[in-house]
Amino acid sequence: MDVRLTAEDGYSTQRSYSVASAPDGETVELTVQRTDDGEVSPYLTDELTVGDLVELRGPVGGWFVWRPEQKEPVFLLAGGSGLVPLMAMIRMRRAVGSRTPFRLIYSARSPETQLFTSELRRGDPGLDTTYVYTRSTPPQWSRPAGRIDASAISSGGWPPDFEPTCYVCGSTGFVETAAGLLVALGHHPGRIRTERFG
Amino acid sequence: MTPTPDFLDGNAAAGDLESLFGTDMTMASGQCHGCGKQMMLAETHAYLGGPGTVLRCPGCDGVLLRMVRSPHDMWLDASGLDHLRLPAPA
Repeated sequence: MDVRLTAEDGYSTQRSYSVASAPDGETVELTVQRTDDGEVSPYLTDELTVGDLVELRGPVGGWFVWRPEQKEPVFLLAGGSGLVPLMAMIRMRRAVGSRTPFRLIYSARSPETQLFTSELRRGDPGLDTTYVYTRSTPPQWSRPAGRIDASAISSGGWPPDFEPTCYVCGSTGFVETAAGLLVALGHHPGRIRTERFG
Repeated sequence: MTPTPDFLDGNAAAGDLESLFGTDMTMASGQCHGCGKQMMLAETHAYLGGPGTVLRCPGCDGVLLRMVRSPHDMWLDASGLDHLRLPAPA
């Protein structure tokens, strides 16, 4: 979804945000992560209030989308706020009552910075979620803090023989690492879809 | 630390592409004039920070497509693509 802001002097700027909600024809939910030195996100998170108008375009792009007609297993890999468009797929799956098996690996800095925590904890039948913490873990966590690696992907995901479609979203560094590991583990590059958020 | 490349996926240019072509272009495939690689436009590397939008080839990094909006016109240079193939409307 493209969000365009125009100042009173006519200066205009635009950013793309991922939709977090399943389509219901009426509302869209965007998740915006604030960047301290950003131009747009501090305005959206600090100054925008109920009743303000913003110019929206979209949702656009049919590539990084899961459709209920897809019957193959789905493997979601999220780095930080890269969880947002993957959450839309999980919600879509729930909304249509799909039984397609999903596995999610969610890499977050720490338990405190996790998104959608309670919704993921409630869980969905047929969705298996694995957490990877890069800076600090909950107490007595079995896996020490560290970046996503081949063992995390092997244990939390599908074997390549199952031919899952893999959706990878996060920072450029996360996407490069995770997509590279998927290919190294034997997943076909044609079944890996990526979305970098910069 | 290696410097992080400052590109996004072609998805991020979906809105601008759709406003120019009138349809979703992220599912269109193209062939790079430089190296012959076939890819979906969603898989290209998108550079959005400049005055316009640039899509580069994920294989050879060659420029595939440039779009610029001036106050009155949209400019498109797709000379880095040998062809574009998009799903025919139903």
